[in-house]
Amino acid sequence: MAETINWAALLLTIMASVGLLLSRDWHWRIGFLATQYLCAFFMLQTHWPISMAASKLVAGWMACVVLGIARLNSEKRGEEDLSIPQGRLFHLLISFIILVVTFAVSLRVTTWLGISLPIAWGSLVLMGLGLLQLGITLDPFRVVIGLLTILCGFEILYATVESSILVTALLAVVNLGLALTGAFFLITVEEERI
Amino acid sequence: MNAPMLWIFLPMVAGGLMLLIRNEKAVTLIACLFTLFLTLAAWLIPIDSQLTLGGWSFKLASSQEILGRRLILTSADRAFLALVYGSSMVWFIPTTSLQIARRLIPLGLGITALLVAALAVEPFLYAALLIETAVLFSVPLLSTPGQKPGKGLLRFIIFQTLAVPFILFSGWILAGIEANPGNVNLVTQAAIFLGLGFAFLLAVFPFYTWIPLLAEEVHPYILGFVFWMLPTVTLFFGLSFMDRYAWLRDTPALGTVLSAAGALMVTSGGILAVFQRHLARIMGYAVIIETGFSLLALSLVDRMGITIFLLLLIPRTLCLMIWSLGLAILKDHNPNLNLNSVNGFVRVWPFAGLALILSNLSLAGMPLLAGFPAHQAVWEELARESLPLAFWVFFGSFCLAASAIRVLASMAKAPEGAHWEAHETTSQRVLLWIGWLAMFLLGLFPNWVLPLWTKLPALFEHLGQ
Repeated sequence: MAETINWAALLLTIMASVGLLLSRDWHWRIGFLATQYLCAFFMLQTHWPISMAASKLVAGWMACVVLGIARLNSEKRGEEDLSIPQGRLFHLLISFIILVVTFAVSLRVTTWLGISLPIAWGSLVLMGLGLLQLGITLDPFRVVIGLLTILCGFEILYATVESSILVTALLAVVNLGLALTGAFFLITVEEERI
Repeated sequence: MNAPMLWIFLPMVAGGLMLLIRNEKAVTLIACLFTLFLTLAAWLIPIDSQLTLGGWSFKLASSQEILGRRLILTSADRAFLALVYGSSMVWFIPTTSLQIARRLIPLGLGITALLVAALAVEPFLYAALLIETAVLFSVPLLSTPGQKPGKGLLRFIIFQTLAVPFILFSGWILAGIEANPGNVNLVTQAAIFLGLGFAFLLAVFPFYTWIPLLAEEVHPYILGFVFWMLPTVTLFFGLSFMDRYAWLRDTPALGTVLSAAGALMVTSGGILAVFQRHLARIMGYAVIIETGFSLLALSLVDRMGITIFLLLLIPRTLCLMIWSLGLAILKDHNPNLNLNSVNGFVRVWPFAGLALILSNLSLAGMPLLAGFPAHQAVWEELARESLPLAFWVFFGSFCLAASAIRVLASMAKAPEGAHWEAHETTSQRVLLWIGWLAMFLLGLFPNWVLPLWTKLPALFEHLGQ
């Protein structure tokens, strides 16, 4: 049963992280980010008590709320995508390459860490696509989402080897701190526009 | 009462409360008195032993439990605490004259406390997360109000955040090595993860592109504070790795890697500095060069490396402070710090101009100035190991000195008939005078900071012996 849930979470993770890369509307981006945290929760609860896994979900969704509210208050007209290059087909192609590469790497990670394939692949997909996001954008909002995606992927992998409450709390602080940084950037951009 | 409460939680609370005070002078005064108290307390009060004052007796415990783990500050950490809080006090003094006290001090105090927590947390690997939190704290400081965040700031956050996964994961591998020391694969993996983590954290070549970019975007004095605080604590964090793991300390490849990275940073930083046309970018490259010198000192760990590493700290603090203060004074009146827009500034801003030149030359290791004794020690020890390496490192410093001459030439190029008229305020003049004097005195009498050198190595159980 747990394995089925993990595979389903992996499928949803791939859809959400690719969607995050392709979407140009911030509402969708926040939605995809929240979905990533939901998937991370399902993957984490196979290694951690449900209460600790839920703390990741809560921290992640709080980060989404912070970013969403800040974006709502600083909505720019006629924006959007600052990514280079902007073609969706290119993004789709590069995402596919990352999916293939991370699959190959995850086969080794499963042996190394002794974890199941969907968890290893899911976390590596998030880290890979988060890095891609950082590499192709100059938009502070997307940079913060990229960093949150990388951390989300790392947390899934790290949870299989470390279950300290302090680390969980500090990672939650870092996630929320990044979200607040993103909100701060959005507000300063809006001030500049005014 | 315990030590983490006094030197970590109390400064955080104080920083938070200072956000509520609206008067710049009051904030500076309170912050300076508070950090002076913390410095004196670190220097004088023993930790974990009974202290009797008149009829009153108390004991400062060393640890504080938090979420199942501990923050520990022992007597060995006292010199480090005195250094950090004493330097913070010195950094806070000029903030009123620059009108940035309310912006820098509350968050600066929070960052200092978080970085002290980073070195106090057990297991010490969790420090990476506390350093990242301090980095996030520094974002409001480093972003210019009302302006879109620049490329430098975004890269700074990206690189510092990317360091976290590498360091945390290396910690897990290191635990495996402790259980199975003969496993060469694990050692290689740990070395790669650790190396990448510290390369991101310390902005080691080629990950230092954000430093000159950020230098151009941010208020110079705030930048100086962050450029002093973060690399210093990160280097101490790196040293604690070397101190903790014997296999890492005894690996011959470590010295080679550190000296190669250090030499590359010093040489490339120096060459790039001499071609810069922006005054703040030159300071950015000087920071890169200084990190390179620290790595070089650590590569000499068998032969006075730790002593030289510690010897570099005080002059660096002083020079960065004076340099960034001079730059901030110039930037307040002329936001464009390009070389061609500062012509004749030596006549209008003589104190600030001289501060830039002297601190630049000092960090380049010019004799008679504060940076000379430590830099000379690095050159000498390196030359004993490898003459070509010493030559390239010296060449990097020479290029940094050449950039100072270039700045001086630009600033001295005044239009005909221009008069000498100093525009700095009295408080700025006094601060800059004290700074110059300290630079010369430290250059002539480097043993004045001897009490700190003798106590700081106690921080490291193995390296300090």
